[in-house]
Amino acid sequence: MSGLNEIKSRLTNFFIETGEIAYFTKRFFTEMFRRPFEMKEFFRQCYQMGNRSLLLVGITGFIIGLVLTLQTRPTLMEFGAESWMPSMVGISIVREVGPIITALVCAGRIGSSIGAELGSMRVTEQIDAMEVSGTNPFKYLVVTRVLAVTLMLPLLVLFGDAIALFGSYLVENIKGDVSFMLYFNKVFDALEFGDIIPATIKSFFFGLAIGIVGCFKGFNCKKGTEGVGKAANTAVVLTSLLLFIIDFIAVFVTDIFYDL
Amino acid sequence: MMSNSEIEARKTVLQIKDLRKSFGDNHVLNGFNMELYQGENLVIMGKSGSGKSVMIKCLVGLLEADSGTIRVMDKDITKLDQSAMDILRADIGFLFQGSALYDSMTVRENLEFPLRRHSKKFGDEMNTEQMVHEALENVGLLNAIDLMPSELSGGMKRRIALARTLILRPKIILYDEPTSGLDPITAKEIILLMQEIQNKYNTSSLIITHDVDCARAISDRMILLIDGVDYAVGTFDQLASDNDPKIKAFFKH
Repeated sequence: MSGLNEIKSRLTNFFIETGEIAYFTKRFFTEMFRRPFEMKEFFRQCYQMGNRSLLLVGITGFIIGLVLTLQTRPTLMEFGAESWMPSMVGISIVREVGPIITALVCAGRIGSSIGAELGSMRVTEQIDAMEVSGTNPFKYLVVTRVLAVTLMLPLLVLFGDAIALFGSYLVENIKGDVSFMLYFNKVFDALEFGDIIPATIKSFFFGLAIGIVGCFKGFNCKKGTEGVGKAANTAVVLTSLLLFIIDFIAVFVTDIFYDL
Repeated sequence: MMSNSEIEARKTVLQIKDLRKSFGDNHVLNGFNMELYQGENLVIMGKSGSGKSVMIKCLVGLLEADSGTIRVMDKDITKLDQSAMDILRADIGFLFQGSALYDSMTVRENLEFPLRRHSKKFGDEMNTEQMVHEALENVGLLNAIDLMPSELSGGMKRRIALARTLILRPKIILYDEPTSGLDPITAKEIILLMQEIQNKYNTSSLIITHDVDCARAISDRMILLIDGVDYAVGTFDQLASDNDPKIKAFFKH
């Protein structure tokens, strides 16, 4: 019986938390269109999240491009199909690998930092102080951060894709003596708007998920410093899981459009 | 220090009637009443967990009371909408127990933050730089203007938080445990500072504390919060000489 009760209690908590996140998301969309608009804080967050993630996204993208090409090359060579390498790597990076890897990296860097920052502000009463001073903390802290990460993530994905393709080109250039122009001509010949647009749209949703979950966990943080660590940690875990669910839905929907 | 009759002849700036607040089965406030008069220092004392902080948070709208009325300067805050509440908040300063300075901002930015929100209150007369300097001079920390909160000691943080509270020239200041976590000398400095501010700006102060020395030094009147109600009201001397065992327990060290 205790096992059943445990499952029941976990399920109840899961549904309660899902409901709370849904309400939090609804509040975000409502508050987003209300004055005053915290533009200065929004641009500061764009800088913090965008510019300061460039190096991490760049390094990850570069390594992914290198590894993907190095791992795929021997198999393609077996079939004498190494000329397909740029198109194959290009499509897989732009459609899938680039967005999901960049989003996972950002979930770790941005999601955890939002969770920890807001959590620490909550337990040290800084959020209460903001409210008492007549500032709406939801607008100032949550709306600006969620909007910033939603808008910055697609840009980071494009940047990560470009660096990953450059990494792939380097391997091709060293191993197969392929020129820069030839490699990228082949990549762009293979790519269609049908590859880029769905990937960009899903990147917006990835950004929204990272921002909403990070802010939700931080804004509702409890139990002192232990709660701050938990908020940062669960923000990353829950966001990572959500990213794969969103990715699955995005691929499923895209597939339906391809069939039409 | 003023006598009870002198105080009560003044205008009421804050009034709580039959305030009740529960968290599940935990009934924290069970019909709390109080009045704060113009220019008065009212101390509310109670044991840890007695509901002092809950009461003060209900007062500024951080928590919603289950029932009861809270009137601040003749406005029932339980009936105010968000924008009216935000305007009223410019007249209520709140010094948090842990100072609650924004740790991603410098001291200057911490002080400028509430000013930007309430620029309408000061109109064309507002000179941000001058007001920040004046507030920091009041607490004797003008030299800390460009420091980050992490570079300040506990006492300095409390003073800066007080400067941030003062910058909006509030009519009422709420102090949540103003001396907790401070050494006795720094605590005494904070008490002196609170008295200076009260004399200079003629503010009304509501001080939540369990520090008897702080209560003795600053209170015009005191309320003992026991079992979620205003168990006893009077001056420090009146309450300290009371024979009720529940009241005596507060003063016996």
